[in-house]
Amino acid sequence: MKKRIDEALERILPNVQKPARYVGGEYNQTVKDLQADSIDLRVAFCFPDTYEIGMSNLGIRILYGIMNQMPGVWCERVFTPWGDMEEAMRQVGVPLYALESHDPVKDFDMIAFSVGYEMSYTNILTMLDLAGVPLHAADREGLHNIVFAGGACTYNPEPLADFFDFFSLGEGEQSTVEILECYRAAKQAGLSKAAFLENVSKIPGVYVPSFYEHRYNPDGTLAEIVPLHGAPAKVTKRIVQDLDKAYYPTKTIVASTEIVHDRMNLEVMRGCIRGCRFCQAGYTYRPVRPRLPETLFDQAVASLEDSGCHEITLSSLSTSDYRYLEPLTDRLTDYCAARKINLSVPSLRADNFSRELMLKLQKVRKSGLTFAPEAGTQRLRDAINKNVTEEDILKTCEIAFAGGWNNVKLYFMLGLPTETDEDVIGIGDLVYKIYNTWKACASNKKRGVRIHVAVAFFVPKPFTGFQWEQQTTPEEYLRRCRLLKEHLNNKSVEFNYHEAKLSELEAVLARGDRRLGALLEAAWRKGAKLDGWMEYFDYDKWIAALEECGIDRSFYTTRGFGLDEVLPWDTIDPGVTKRFLLRERERAYRSEITPDCRHGCAGCGANRLLDCGVCDP
Amino acid sequence: MSRLLFTKEGPAVWMSHLDLMRTLQRAFRRGGLMLKHSQGYSPHPELSIVLPLSVGVSSVCELADFELEPDCSVPVGEIAARLNPVLPAGIRVLDCFEQGKKAGKLAFLRSELRLTYDQATGNRQQATDPSVAAHSVRHAVPRSDEAEGERISPLASLGRNDRVEALRELFARPSLIVEKHGKNGPVELDLSPMIRSLSVSSQNGREIMIEVLGCAQNPTLNPLLLAAAIERYLPECRPDFVQCRRIEVYDAEMQVFR
Ligand code: SF4
Repeated sequence: MKKRIDEALERILPNVQKPARYVGGEYNQTVKDLQADSIDLRVAFCFPDTYEIGMSNLGIRILYGIMNQMPGVWCERVFTPWGDMEEAMRQVGVPLYALESHDPVKDFDMIAFSVGYEMSYTNILTMLDLAGVPLHAADREGLHNIVFAGGACTYNPEPLADFFDFFSLGEGEQSTVEILECYRAAKQAGLSKAAFLENVSKIPGVYVPSFYEHRYNPDGTLAEIVPLHGAPAKVTKRIVQDLDKAYYPTKTIVASTEIVHDRMNLEVMRGCIRGCRFCQAGYTYRPVRPRLPETLFDQAVASLEDSGCHEITLSSLSTSDYRYLEPLTDRLTDYCAARKINLSVPSLRADNFSRELMLKLQKVRKSGLTFAPEAGTQRLRDAINKNVTEEDILKTCEIAFAGGWNNVKLYFMLGLPTETDEDVIGIGDLVYKIYNTWKACASNKKRGVRIHVAVAFFVPKPFTGFQWEQQTTPEEYLRRCRLLKEHLNNKSVEFNYHEAKLSELEAVLARGDRRLGALLEAAWRKGAKLDGWMEYFDYDKWIAALEECGIDRSFYTTRGFGLDEVLPWDTIDPGVTKRFLLRERERAYRSEITPDCRHGCAGCGANRLLDCGVCDP
Repeated sequence: MSRLLFTKEGPAVWMSHLDLMRTLQRAFRRGGLMLKHSQGYSPHPELSIVLPLSVGVSSVCELADFELEPDCSVPVGEIAARLNPVLPAGIRVLDCFEQGKKAGKLAFLRSELRLTYDQATGNRQQATDPSVAAHSVRHAVPRSDEAEGERISPLASLGRNDRVEALRELFARPSLIVEKHGKNGPVELDLSPMIRSLSVSSQNGREIMIEVLGCAQNPTLNPLLLAAAIERYLPECRPDFVQCRRIEVYDAEMQVFR
């Protein structure tokens, strides 16, 4: 089969875009010998998006390394082929194959997905179908081709429940090993799939959707969720207790072709101290756990030397909140400057952006300045708990413009709960003030200034303070976009906004229930694929699928969820409690901020996941 | 400038010129070899490829010029041993030279073109976009469903010896005009003056091998254009699949160019 696949690839690849992403062979890929390494468990690790996106994902690299460290296990990578490649593969009859061995995915024991974006759901179906694996978990018998998933989207896995045998919730460093061992034991003992699922469901963090029955009220809302087969009423996500001892991929694959984040990624901490009320990652990655700067420095040096990359980024949800940023950047800038390595620090916040840090980074390279005030007025920023003031933003811009920066990117959201026209116009006012700051402080006015304003359509997500909120209608969102545009007339300002339709569907899937499995399949059968890509996103196919399935999308978007309604994701415990989220919602309506974790624990509940029970953010 | 001789085969043939540059730059760092960087606002490493290769073409004679930082003194004899363990599959350093001949002295290029005839013409598939890869000919792909693949084309009756003869005659013509995709649309190009010598041989029932020695520069003979010429002048000899390999490079005196 491999030979046939290779021969066919020789002929397909000259005719597809970016063929290098379909062949593997990169430096540091893991190749094992089935006999010599006594491989008894093969995992096809699938990422439901393109190679360029998937290879930029740190989580994939961590789990790839961890699985391949296990003796007898060989984990290989699989990505979604671009449309031209998919078509060529179907035409010639090449099944979905893994990059390392070029063996068909169908030959693998386990098929693991990492799902981080709602609009990649149809890619999962494309991949299973191209692999020749039945889409529905119920149609897959026996232990061969067990399909499971982890990743940010699995905090509400219900829309995917039909297709997956189980989900692995939270950080997979330890649970993935336990899951693979459980599978291996089941395979050796010749267990049935049902018996394996019972065993695997006993691993903390594992959620087997077929062990839960969802019952609905006549009005379509959930009536109750009934655990079956002795399954736990709540499945709590897993976390790594000690990040300094956790595996970090210092020896990681270096892509042979350009990927989105083509650099080393140093994860300085997990979790976020801020608690922005719209941000799912901010809540679900808690508790906050920083790494020690010594650990990070060693990891940086090891991974830079091993990969030969000349760029490294300090990543986390809010890197400027990292407790040891100063000592870490001090050491790293010296190391990097001596070796002509670029050091970048994304997601800098305006309020603690120091001149020193900026100058330090400038030594290596001057990158653009990025802020995410998210809202235009202080009232609304308080309501969403984005604790940044206009003064902070203008002060930072002042320093940056005086230091020679002339490029600012600003991110906002429209359609936020409690938002009024005043808040929309407030964005225009803020941008105008930034422009005036540039005029007053720029060190070199001849080069001009570029202010990019990017607007996203607010999508209410599970496990946020806004998980019950109504989404604004696309029409209203677009009206607010136009209103903002009228208040941004300045040649130096570039304005763009997210597609409303995409964000509307994202909202449907994000808070979707089990009944949406049929919708996903119908949309996919109509040809929906690569929906996160404008080249492919086709709203009409989704509308037709909604109609075919008799699903009213407003049920999931503009309706809003009742505060005492049973939520589809109520079985999942991500650490933060529903009580805390409700409190955050109330504070939002009072425009009342919640201080960050370092100024006092707000009692979100995530500390319960720590062995010691207390956060040390 | 020092010069590296290396291969680009296997999965590496699908890497673009820019991919290859990035890969080599990183491999130098991995091997503990610090490339000298240019001065200026965005310094870039001193590394260049003498004669860039089209995507999809393999080669056993690629050349790259580079310069190391003054304080990174590694004898050229050691470079291959430093780079080979850290290169991706398909790229292998064969040799390294203190100083290469001037790039302008590169005159001829020996390439090999493997034409495969293994299916019915009825199944030919149009190349979706000729600009995505260097191949200017149509590529057909084998079908998985046997029934389709067995359809015999009337042209398959052209025997292999006849085919070899026909190709020999074709390449002996005084002019061979093909269309080439230039920056401003298609342009006509005469291949004949660029061909120094060419031989056609039959490998087996399904394959014909063309070995060609052509101009390396100003202009470069892209051997894949020979397949375009076949398509234009001898459509009945159009292959189902073409593979190209760069074998050796020479100077004007036909000395191996290094
Ligand atoms: S438990 Fe307290 S300190 Fe820990 S993440 Fe939650 S709010 Fe922050």
